[in-house]
Amino acid sequence: MDAIILQVLNGLDKGSAYALIALGLTLIFGTLGVVNFAHGALFMLGAFCAVTLQKILSLSFTVEDPTQKDFLGNPLKVDTPYVVSWFGDATGNAILNWSVPLAILFAIPVMLLVGYVMERGLIKHFYKRPHADQILVTFGLAIVIQEIVKYFYGANPIPTPAPDAFRGSVDFGVMIGFAENQIIYPYWRLIYFLFSAAIIGAVFAFLRFTTFGMVVRAGMADRETVGLLGINIDKRFTIMFGIAAAVAGLAGVMYAPINSPNYHMGMDFLVLSFVVVVVGGMGSLPGAVLAGFLLGVLESFASMNEVKSILPGIDQIIIYLVAIIILLTRPRGLMGRRGVMEE
Amino acid sequence: MSKFELNRRSLIKSGAAIGAGLALPTIFTSSARAYLNEPKGSTVTLGFNVPQTGPYAEEGLDELRAQELAVQHLNGEGDGGMINTFSSKALKGNGILGKKVQFVTGDTQTKSDAARASAKSMIEKDGAIMINGGSSSGVAVAVQGLCQEAGVIFMAGLTHANDTTGKDRKANGFRHFFNAYMSGAALAPVLAKEYGNERRAYHLTADYNWGWTQQESIQKATEALGWQTVENVLTPLASTDFSSYIAPVLNSGADVLVLNHYGGNMVNSLTNAIQFGLLDKMVDGKQFEIVVPLYSELMAAGAGANVRGVFGSMNWNWQLQDEGSKAFVKSFGEKYGRPPSNSAHTCYVQTLLYADACERAGTFDPCGVVEALEGFEFDGLGNGPTLYRAEDHQCFKDVLVMKGKENPTNEYDTLEIVEVTPVEQVTYPPNHPMFGGDEATLGTCNSGA
Repeated sequence: MDAIILQVLNGLDKGSAYALIALGLTLIFGTLGVVNFAHGALFMLGAFCAVTLQKILSLSFTVEDPTQKDFLGNPLKVDTPYVVSWFGDATGNAILNWSVPLAILFAIPVMLLVGYVMERGLIKHFYKRPHADQILVTFGLAIVIQEIVKYFYGANPIPTPAPDAFRGSVDFGVMIGFAENQIIYPYWRLIYFLFSAAIIGAVFAFLRFTTFGMVVRAGMADRETVGLLGINIDKRFTIMFGIAAAVAGLAGVMYAPINSPNYHMGMDFLVLSFVVVVVGGMGSLPGAVLAGFLLGVLESFASMNEVKSILPGIDQIIIYLVAIIILLTRPRGLMGRRGVMEE
Repeated sequence: MSKFELNRRSLIKSGAAIGAGLALPTIFTSSARAYLNEPKGSTVTLGFNVPQTGPYAEEGLDELRAQELAVQHLNGEGDGGMINTFSSKALKGNGILGKKVQFVTGDTQTKSDAARASAKSMIEKDGAIMINGGSSSGVAVAVQGLCQEAGVIFMAGLTHANDTTGKDRKANGFRHFFNAYMSGAALAPVLAKEYGNERRAYHLTADYNWGWTQQESIQKATEALGWQTVENVLTPLASTDFSSYIAPVLNSGADVLVLNHYGGNMVNSLTNAIQFGLLDKMVDGKQFEIVVPLYSELMAAGAGANVRGVFGSMNWNWQLQDEGSKAFVKSFGEKYGRPPSNSAHTCYVQTLLYADACERAGTFDPCGVVEALEGFEFDGLGNGPTLYRAEDHQCFKDVLVMKGKENPTNEYDTLEIVEVTPVEQVTYPPNHPMFGGDEATLGTCNSGA
């Protein structure tokens, strides 16, 4: 039983990342009708916002320490971060230690801007082009972004740890009545799940309870009619692109302590996220979230030794297998609407 | 009519005449024999095939730095590096056989087909006479096969699977880097000493050629010392999040996790294992431990503080204090401002070894180079006395057992040397079952004529 609960937790955690990326993807598809293959790159850029802020906060001045030697035998150059020098050891180190949560504040404007520039500068020119063209141009854009990040940050993963207060793991089993040390789960992964749930809730609330959201939903349902009412729906959709980029970016920021960011991480998630969108139903926001968590949990269960001993290699194909089964039984996906991508 | 008399004198005379007669055509043909990409002008071209894009691009870049440095030293530029400490004195700093060394580069992308294509291009279009480099066993085996077919020498870079000089060994291919068997043989006694003989190991293994041979090697070596293997779980190479593979370890009864992963897989699986608090866990009164059989400085840097206290093995490390290592670290450090990685070291050494073999053979002919390298014993290149074994073209030398440093002082100070395992402990017969058994053969050298 403990193994099953652990895999459910793992699945919800993986599903959180899938759901956040897929939510942005389907938001862009539902509003602008664009299949955005650069969305994984936005997730990666978010993670690199965390890396960048960590680097900015770690900017240091160098003092030579003649009592220590470097690898060439020269006096060791000791770096002292400016924040430590300005605010003292305790405050300065606390700021450095909390760089990932602080990066949330840094990433929101950066990712909104990236999304805005991406949409206005490139993607808007492809609205009326076939989906194949959109896929090609956004995939090309993803590769360009990836190579730029690699140029500046290298190909190696960059450690971006969580604050000390959230490192290590919590005895989750004790909380739900199990014996001690039965279900141990990392703090940060629980936080990631809660954070994702909050972001997903915020996006739904924004679309549901604000006038802006109502207009966007109306535009998604019937763009032409909303336009005839004198509402500049294109402008709102551009803002939605920025919001979708920010959601992917925030997913990336919070993911940075789970796996050290590298330039390729967006591609690792991209294909899976598209499967999530298709399984959830193209253009369906609740479908994307539901499918994200569902596939995350199934993927985790498929990695269990008990399952793999019966079906070897199932962990590598489970997501695609489920996608095939769902599309055969429900061709529009779990919550897909009639008429989307069916013309 | 003269009478033919067979006596001792006439037999010796006849034998000498027949011998000279037989040798004469060989002498002529050996000097006149054409071989692929024979250097005609005043230069000779080497091909450096490293990952310049893809997940191992940083390692590829470091290999390229070292290869460029080796070319400079061969051409008499810079301080000469390890040429000054190399036991063979054939290299004079005037290129190879008097020809200035130049090089071309290819991008393996850590993909076998891309690596073969770039090596083929360097051989056919650029006239490269030797291919060196790489950061993957799959790539090494693929490029080695290509070089064998084409008729050029392949001096492997970072390749650790047993198969490279095991079942897939080739006459034209040579590996200086150590292998998975050697990692197991070096690590197991240290692990037994540190953690005891009654341990239960859980293996996570990258599901491809290198992972399998690494797992088999470390399992056999640790079981021979009394450890039990609880489980071996194969993980897809494309995995990024290992949480669902690590969660079952928690209650498996294992007290050691062996991560047969390399590169990004290693960084992520180790990070995930630390997140799950494995190193804080006690199992039946024993502290839980993690082992990473193959370390690399670049990957250790990627894993950050997570490598602290974790054991692994390496081919070479910049902290070694022998004269060869010090000379190389000084040359490399002054040129690039950083210490070299062990993949950089092996590529640098392989380039020098190739050049030295050409000088000693007096030819660039691959078959002459093969002859010069087979059974070659040398020292002064950072690993102590080393043998290039004739039977499988594998270097035999000491192996380093490493541990993640508890209190690193800078970004390069991530690992510490725990033990230099003597070569005798990691030596195995050429027909060892893990290396293809009696069926594994080098074949014959191919000069591409």
